[in-house]
Amino acid sequence: MDKFRMIFQFLQSNQESFMNGICGIMALASAQMYAAFDFNCPCLPHYNLAYGLGILFVPPLVLFLLGFVMNNNVSMLAEEWKRPTGMRQKDPAVLRYMFCSMAQRAMIAPAVWISVTLLDGKCILCAFSTSVPVEKLGNLSYAGLSEKEMKRMLARIPCKEIYDGQQLVPSEVAIRYLRCISQALGWSFVLLMTVLAFLVRSLRPCFTQAAFLKSKYWSHYIDIERKLFDETCTEHAKSFARVCIQQFFEAMNKDMGMGHPHLPEKMPSEAGEEKEKLLGITDQGTMNKLLRSWHKCKPPLRLVLCLPSRGNGKSRNAPPLPVLGNALPLRPSPRPAGLGAEKVPSCQPKSRH
Amino acid sequence: MDRFRMIFQYFQSNSESVMNGICGLLALASVKIYTSFDFNCPCLPKYNTAYGMGIMFVPPIALFLCGLIVNRQSVVMLEEWKRPTGGRKKDLAIIRYMCSSIIQRAMVAPIVWIIVTLLDGKCFICAFSGSIDPEKFAGFANLTQMQTQLLLSKVPCKDDELMRNNTSRKAVSRYLRCWSQALGWSILLLLIVVAFLARWLRPCFDQAAFVQTRYWSNYIDMEQKIFEETCCEHARDFANKCILHFFESMRKEIKLRRFNMPRGEEEEDHLRGITDQEQVNKLLKSWYSGKPPLDVSQTTQSQPLGKERACTSVPWADTVNNRWAAAQKASVSRQTDV
Repeated sequence: MDKFRMIFQFLQSNQESFMNGICGIMALASAQMYAAFDFNCPCLPHYNLAYGLGILFVPPLVLFLLGFVMNNNVSMLAEEWKRPTGMRQKDPAVLRYMFCSMAQRAMIAPAVWISVTLLDGKCILCAFSTSVPVEKLGNLSYAGLSEKEMKRMLARIPCKEIYDGQQLVPSEVAIRYLRCISQALGWSFVLLMTVLAFLVRSLRPCFTQAAFLKSKYWSHYIDIERKLFDETCTEHAKSFARVCIQQFFEAMNKDMGMGHPHLPEKMPSEAGEEKEKLLGITDQGTMNKLLRSWHKCKPPLRLVLCLPSRGNGKSRNAPPLPVLGNALPLRPSPRPAGLGAEKVPSCQPKSRH
Repeated sequence: MDRFRMIFQYFQSNSESVMNGICGLLALASVKIYTSFDFNCPCLPKYNTAYGMGIMFVPPIALFLCGLIVNRQSVVMLEEWKRPTGGRKKDLAIIRYMCSSIIQRAMVAPIVWIIVTLLDGKCFICAFSGSIDPEKFAGFANLTQMQTQLLLSKVPCKDDELMRNNTSRKAVSRYLRCWSQALGWSILLLLIVVAFLARWLRPCFDQAAFVQTRYWSNYIDMEQKIFEETCCEHARDFANKCILHFFESMRKEIKLRRFNMPRGEEEEDHLRGITDQEQVNKLLKSWYSGKPPLDVSQTTQSQPLGKERACTSVPWADTVNNRWAAAQKASVSRQTDV
């Protein structure tokens, strides 16, 4: 239990490293998928291009979207984007940061697929075998073939066992030519991607580093807050269920008129402990209101520390109680800078929705 | 005992990840079954299509049903759907949410099977080799209809004497495989786009209601587990006390002091006052026929019996209908602010 909790907490705290891990796994999976995929060029004039380019571009698109789908932050980003403003203003810089970081991670697996495909060469060979320059590589005037016939013959270059145009263009020559072009394209693509990544990483601190740090902090905060809220709701549901069932048993007991004269001493205190965990939310209507207002009106990012002002000597020793900004403090509180600007519109506290 | 409790608590807290894990395992199992299955096209004119389509669609149905069976939540959902209203109103949104999450998870393994089948190509070639247009390929000219059909149906069988080393067979086979793979990738792309849009657009629609629904469906799941745990504890104590009384009544003179109540009284009393078979049966029946309302704010010790109490009790004593109706009326009036 402790080990699971530790792992869970590690994942919780390091969302970024978790996503990096997923991203690495997907890149490996993409290379493995390419190796396991049985490439099968149709060797027919127009089908070759469609098939070859399809295999070159459709799986990367699938992997890119899969990278977004698997990333839990997508729904978080959408929620943050679409929520009502409430007491907490929205910061477009944070949204942009989240989106960029997700997109960067999602681009890795498609880039791996495209590189592996180009370096392997089968796709380009299949797609462009009909566009081979026959006058350079072979014998253009062979047997006076019509254009269509020649295309049909060239389309069979990738399928060695059915290729019958050795006199027109020897298949090894064409294959070597196309593979060379494909590998050159592949390495150029890899170089381009690496240079881009390097530039992005090294030039970013030159521009608005302070704003960047702010966005990074608040985007982590939103992520952690959401997880903690879910966790708190789960704990609450558990306690709620326990108390509900306990009361059910007690009610049964009473109704059966048996009224066991002694309920053991531990029950009240244990029941009290469980009830405390309910944080005062004890029925369905209240819980629904709480959940609705979490969405419609998130609390402002301002923890207010207020001292209870009762009597003389006691309050000095009591620790200050943190209170969320929308409750009335007993004395004016300092206002640290929060995510929102100075003007924070207030939600109607007694609204009925 | 503690370890079991720990494991139980872990499953209680992470039931979604358990479901996801099972779903992933089923998907892997589906790929493994496909690769170890010995595909065997009959290569006869009418049998090919039936076999190919059968292999493509019948195992996914079986995998889908397996996915539903293995998922614990489907039983919970059905119980929630079919239970009598009792002291707690039913919320259709919760049932819909649970149903959709169950179906989504159960659909993963069949879809994986279909896509792997299409990307591999054997099924497609077997099913549709008889339906292609022979004029596209050399080698089928100058043959009667019957002969063409026969030859085409033999395309999937590489080792057939007629078809060995036949270039037209290879051309047809490649053509069909290309279509099969294109179809497979297109279906995969379509599904991923749908999944992406669903994930992206969900917060745009009624997010507040969604958060509520998710909380309460989680609650129902947990309540079921805790109730079972409570009943297990109760049964254990019941059995324990039953056996002890039996021993006591049989042999009064033997000193059972050391096994007797002093230690038992230190332990928590899980019996909670329910101490015979009939009472247990009544309790279980009323748990089913009238779940308590979702309101634990009342104090329990000093509640007077009566109608103003929230309906945690479901009547079985006098007239069932009378007090049932009273219970429902009271529950409706308590929950109007939702």
